[in-house]
Amino acid sequence: MSGPIKYGPARVLPGEQIRITTNPDTAPFWEAAKARRLTACQCADCGRFRMPPSPYCPHCSSREKRWPTLPGAGTVFSYVVCNKNPANGEPYVYVPVVVDLDGAPGARLNGNLTGCDADDVRIGMQVAVEWTPIQDGWVLPNFRKA
Amino acid sequence: MAWANQDKCAIVGVGATDYYVRGKSWPRTINDMAGEAILKACEDAGISIRDIDGFAYYSTAGAGYLDRFDSASLMETLGMPHISFSATLTSGGGGCVGAIGLATAGLVNEDCRYAVTLMALQQLPQHRLGVVFGAAPPSPENSFLQPAGLVGPGHLMSMLARRHMHLYGTTQDAFGEIVMATRANTANRPKAIRKAPLSKVEYEASPMLADPLRRLDFCLETDGAVAVITTTMDRARDCRQRPAVVHACAHGGAREWGRAFAWMGMPDPWFASSGHKFTADRIWAQSGLKAKDMDVALLYDHFSPMVLMQLEDYGFCEKGEGGDYVLSEKIRYDPATRRGVGGGVPVNTHGGNLNEAYIIGMTHVVEAVEQVRGSAINQVEDCEFALASGGPAALPVSSLILRRA
Repeated sequence: MSGPIKYGPARVLPGEQIRITTNPDTAPFWEAAKARRLTACQCADCGRFRMPPSPYCPHCSSREKRWPTLPGAGTVFSYVVCNKNPANGEPYVYVPVVVDLDGAPGARLNGNLTGCDADDVRIGMQVAVEWTPIQDGWVLPNFRKA
Repeated sequence: MAWANQDKCAIVGVGATDYYVRGKSWPRTINDMAGEAILKACEDAGISIRDIDGFAYYSTAGAGYLDRFDSASLMETLGMPHISFSATLTSGGGGCVGAIGLATAGLVNEDCRYAVTLMALQQLPQHRLGVVFGAAPPSPENSFLQPAGLVGPGHLMSMLARRHMHLYGTTQDAFGEIVMATRANTANRPKAIRKAPLSKVEYEASPMLADPLRRLDFCLETDGAVAVITTTMDRARDCRQRPAVVHACAHGGAREWGRAFAWMGMPDPWFASSGHKFTADRIWAQSGLKAKDMDVALLYDHFSPMVLMQLEDYGFCEKGEGGDYVLSEKIRYDPATRRGVGGGVPVNTHGGNLNEAYIIGMTHVVEAVEQVRGSAINQVEDCEFALASGGPAALPVSSLILRRA
């Protein structure tokens, strides 16, 4: 419950203040994102998903990975309403969400949710991926209320 | 499951500096404060600094968030003739009370005779935890977290609190009660940072920093140092104070918790938990005791909802019932009777990280020692068992039961 506080529209954080780095385990995820294709790390042997991508499947210890194209939708698992831009402390309403990804059971992604007032975000809300260009030519998956 | 080291060691000395509001300890240095805490712990135990021959750290020997303890420097500069044990638990504050278990390993192995566990914290502007998290250069792992604006521990903890509210109907009133109930324990504590009684109106006026959490749901940002000395029971009996016997101790945790809020992949019911069920179950199995057998509980309270979730994980109430348990005032300490309220076990009789001081959990160990010695400021009547916890955080988290000698 947000109580009497009225936050207004939820915005994604500005892409120009966001940087990421990759390693050989995570690069396929980010390369796909650059092409605006949502994927998640799937074990090529047992088929289970894991995020963030890591060298071994925690279920069967396989090193073989697949990067299937996901529907690009998901469900809000939890969220926080924040009111300051962490880069500069200025007032800025954004909503970090943990999202259960459709088509990838067990895989979650953290992003910002937009397309509604922060006051109206709920756990269980359906969301669709939305792409935010960030520094160094990378593209970040965020979410929009479906 | 018995624990081979049960009742074989005791904490015999505690020492602490004053507690300072973040940054105010300057121009003292972090080694100045660490030295004071160690020397005071020796004085308390009635031993010489020259008797100390072991270090059992946690937080990967971190001293605050950017500095790191170095046994070579400490022993050389404090004049310890030799050391024969120097070890740390990994990760962060979650290992706090588990470091006492690490000390018992060194002591029972006869690697060392007196082991010190310490933390010193000095939060100069660039050393604040929130800032450290946010300013950390992107790594392949935190590139899945930080871009969402999850840059401070409060953001991360709020995510768990929100899920708990969703699953179990927990309210912000319960978080407020935790802050108010433990604030009531600092009015008579000279060293506490926040001493004024807290009303519901004042709590609700506290700014929302990461909804559902307000500033007052976040622990204090303070400076200071705390050290404790652990030794074997035979030596403990010759020390100045009544020994605080190490009855059970565990660190670690379940894979479903793992990196916890640095991961966000925890399945239900682990997500909306403190991650302590694994170590809680271990110390209960080690000791044959249960939550209701504790006389006082010193629960790591970096954020108020984490007290509520620990109450569930340790079994003070059922999973999901933490809100009702707290709102029935069962974590309060009644100074008139020197006992709990409504059949509950008093929590954080020292005011905790939320109200007294935050030295990454070490103040909880000190309070547990003072409670089983019988010398606590808010002494629980006839206190035999004190529970203390470290974390919730990325694993290891840890659990400790101290017993009156």
